[in-house]
Amino acid sequence: MDVTIAQWLAEPGLNHFLIVGALLFSLGLMAVLSKKNVIMVLMGVELILNSANINFIAFSRFTELSLEGHMIGLFVVIIAAAEAAVALAIVLNMYNRFNTIHLNDIFSLKG
Amino acid sequence: MYTQIPLTILLLPLIGFLVLIFFGKRLPRQGDWFASATISISLVLSLYVLITKLTSIPDEAVTNSLTWVTIGSLQIEVGIMIDNLAAVMLVVVTLISALVHFFSMGYMKGDVRYSRYFATLGLFSFSMLGIVLTNSLLLMYVFWELVGISSYLLIGHWYEKKSASNAANKAFIVNRIGDFGMFLGIMILFISFSTFSFEGIFGAIESGTLPFGSEGWLTAAGLLIFCGAVGKSAQFPLHVWLPDAMEGPTPVSALIHAATMVAAGVYLVARVFPMLTADALLVIAYIGAVTALIAATIAVTQFDIKKVLAYSTISQLGYMIMALGVGAYTAGFMHLVTHAAFKAGLFLGAGSVIYAMHKSLHDLDDHKTDAQDIRNMGGLKSKMPITYATFLIFTLAISGIPFTSGFLSKDEILAGSLAFSSINGHWLLPVIGFAVAGLTAFYMFRVLLLAFHGKASNSKRIEGIKESPMVMTIPLIVLATISLFVFYSFNPFGAADGWFFAAIERPLSIVPELLQPAGNALFHEVLHDVHGTAMTLSILIAATGILLAFAVYHWKKISADTLAQKAGVLYRGASSLWYFDEIYDRVFVNGLFLLTKISRWFDENVIDAIVNGTAVVIRGISTVSSWIDTNIVDGLVNATATTADRAGGLLSHVQTGRLQTYLVYIVFSFLVLFILFI
Repeated sequence: MDVTIAQWLAEPGLNHFLIVGALLFSLGLMAVLSKKNVIMVLMGVELILNSANINFIAFSRFTELSLEGHMIGLFVVIIAAAEAAVALAIVLNMYNRFNTIHLNDIFSLKG
Repeated sequence: MYTQIPLTILLLPLIGFLVLIFFGKRLPRQGDWFASATISISLVLSLYVLITKLTSIPDEAVTNSLTWVTIGSLQIEVGIMIDNLAAVMLVVVTLISALVHFFSMGYMKGDVRYSRYFATLGLFSFSMLGIVLTNSLLLMYVFWELVGISSYLLIGHWYEKKSASNAANKAFIVNRIGDFGMFLGIMILFISFSTFSFEGIFGAIESGTLPFGSEGWLTAAGLLIFCGAVGKSAQFPLHVWLPDAMEGPTPVSALIHAATMVAAGVYLVARVFPMLTADALLVIAYIGAVTALIAATIAVTQFDIKKVLAYSTISQLGYMIMALGVGAYTAGFMHLVTHAAFKAGLFLGAGSVIYAMHKSLHDLDDHKTDAQDIRNMGGLKSKMPITYATFLIFTLAISGIPFTSGFLSKDEILAGSLAFSSINGHWLLPVIGFAVAGLTAFYMFRVLLLAFHGKASNSKRIEGIKESPMVMTIPLIVLATISLFVFYSFNPFGAADGWFFAAIERPLSIVPELLQPAGNALFHEVLHDVHGTAMTLSILIAATGILLAFAVYHWKKISADTLAQKAGVLYRGASSLWYFDEIYDRVFVNGLFLLTKISRWFDENVIDAIVNGTAVVIRGISTVSSWIDTNIVDGLVNATATTADRAGGLLSHVQTGRLQTYLVYIVFSFLVLFILFI
C-alpha cells in the first residue's frame, strides 16, 4: 500500500479506530496492573471497557453489521455502570475491613 | 437249686450292707444283729449247698450264666459256677465271716462307727462270695477289686489314726500293682479266646489254641494272673502291705487278713490251675517258698502279737502257694481251709487278749503301755482260761502237731514238695518247707509262752484282766473245735483218706503235653513213697521248734538275747523286716522323685529353652519387621506426605494474595496462549 502517513491520517478508516481502541485498552490495562489505588484500578477497568466499546462501534460502522455494535456498546455502558456500583460497594467494605484501599497492603489470601 | 441258693447266699450280705449303710444308725443296736443274721443264713445255706453237692453230684461242676452284654458278635456272660472247690470255699467264707460278726459284737462295742463297721463287713462278705461263685475272670476281677475296697475301708476303719489311713492306702496301692498284672493276664486270654469264662478259656486251650499261638504267651498269661494272687495273698515281693494292715480292728484282721481275702489269691491260682504250665508252676512254687521263709524269719523277731500273726499268715500263704506250685493241689487248698479256721482263731484269740489288756490298762489309767506287745503280757493263762485253751489248740494246729487239722494239711504240703523235688530235683523247696515248719513251731510257741505263761512283767496289770464275754469266746470255741482232725479226715495221720481229698481232686492239666507238670498218677505214686518220711520229719522238726521255744522262753536255759546275737546279721535283717520297706522307699519312692527331678530338669532346660528360644527368634523377627515398618513403610508414607507438603509450599508462593499479581498472571497467560495458538 503506497500511502503516506499524512494520507493515511487524512482518510480515517477502521484501522484508526482499532488503533485508538488498542491504545485505550493498553492504557487501561496499564492502570489496572500498576496503580496501587483501588479507585485508579477501577478507572483502568472503565478504560478497558470503553476501548472495547470503540471497537464494537467501529466494526459496526465499517462493516456490514448495521446497529448491533451500537446496541452492544450501550449494553457495555450500562453494565459498566452496574459494575462500578458493585465495585465501589466492595471498595467501601474493603476500606471498612482493612482501613486502606491500597492494594499492596491487602494480601491476607497469601498462600 | 444250684442257682437260686448260691445267689441268695451271695446277695444276703449285700442286703445287709445296703440296709446298714443307709439305716444302720436308726436300727436298734445299730443293726449288728441284722448283719449277723444275714451272714448266718448264708452260712446255713452254704452248709446245705456243700452237703447236697458232695452227696448228690460230687464230680460235676454246675454252671449257670446269662448274657450280660452283647457287643457285635461278642457276648459277655455272667454266671455262677458251683464245683466242690467253690462249695467248700463258700462254707469257709461264711463260717469265718459269721463268727467274726459275733466276735465283733463284743470287740467293737461302743465304737464310733459301729454300724458302718458291720456294713463294711457285709460288703466284704458279698465281694468275697462273689469271687468264690463266679464262673468268669471278668466277674472275678470285679469282685477282686470290691474285696480290695472293702479291705481298704476296714483297715482304715479308725482313719483318725494317721498310721491306719496310711496302712489302708498302702494295702490298696500295693494290691493295685498285682491287680494290674492280673488285668493284663485276663486281657491276653480275652484277646485270644474272646471269652472270660473259665469253661470257654479252658476249652479253647484244651483244643490246642494258644494265646497268640505261642506257648510262651500261655505261661505269661498264667504268671500275670498269678500277679493278682501275689498282691492279694501278700506274696513276695508284694507282701509288705499285710503287716501294716494290722492297723485295722483285730476281728477284721482275722476275717480278711488271715482267713479269707488273702486266701483269695490261693483260690484264684486253684481256679486257673489247669491252664498253668510247668514253668509257671515252678515260678509259683519258688515265690511261695521264698515268701514262706522270709515271713517266718521276720515273725521270729517281732514283739507285737498281731505282727507275729501277720507274718505267720504270709508265711502260711506262701506254703499254700508253694503247694499249688509243686502240684500238691488238694493239700494247698486244704491248708487254705484249715489255716482259715486256726488263723482266724489265733487272731480272734489275740483280739480277746488285746481287748482284755486294753480294758485293764484303761482301768489303770495307763496309756503308754502297748496293749499288743507280748513283752507286756505274761501269765494270762489263769486269767483267761478259755482264750488260753483255744489259743493253745490253734498254736498246736499251726505248728503241725498230730491230731490237729494243721498237721494234716501241712504234712501233705511237705510231702508234696518232697515228691516234687524227687521227680524234678528242686531240693530247695522241701528244705525251705521243713525249715519254715520248724520256725513256725518256734515263733508260735514263743508267742504262747510269752503271752500266757510265765510271770507278768507288771503284776498289777494282770490283776485287772478278765475273760472276754461269751459273744467273743464262743467263736473261739467253735474255731478250736474245727481245728481238730476229725472234721477233715478220720485218720489223724493221713488226710488222703478223708472226704476232703475225695472231694477236691487235682484237675487235669489242659496245656499242651510238653508243658505239663508231672502227671497226677506219677505224682501220687512218688507222694505215697515219701509220705512216711515227710511225716516223720515234719513231726520231728515241729517238736524241735517247740522244744527250743520252751528252752528259751519257759525254762530260760538259753537266753534269747545271746541267741539273737549269735544269729547276728540274720537277726538284724529279720527284725528289720529284711529292709523291704526301705528298699521300696529307696527304689520306687526315691526313684519316682528322681524321675520327677529329671522331668523337671527337662522341663526347665529343654522345654523352657525351646519356648524361650522361640520367643527370642520371634522377638528378633518382630524387631526386623518393626524396623521395616517404621523405616520403609512409614518412610514411603511420610515421603509422599513430605513431597506433597514441599510441593504445596513451593506452589503456595505463586499465591501472593495480591490482586494485581493474579491479574498479571491472567494477562501474561493470555498473551502466551495468544502467541502459541494464534
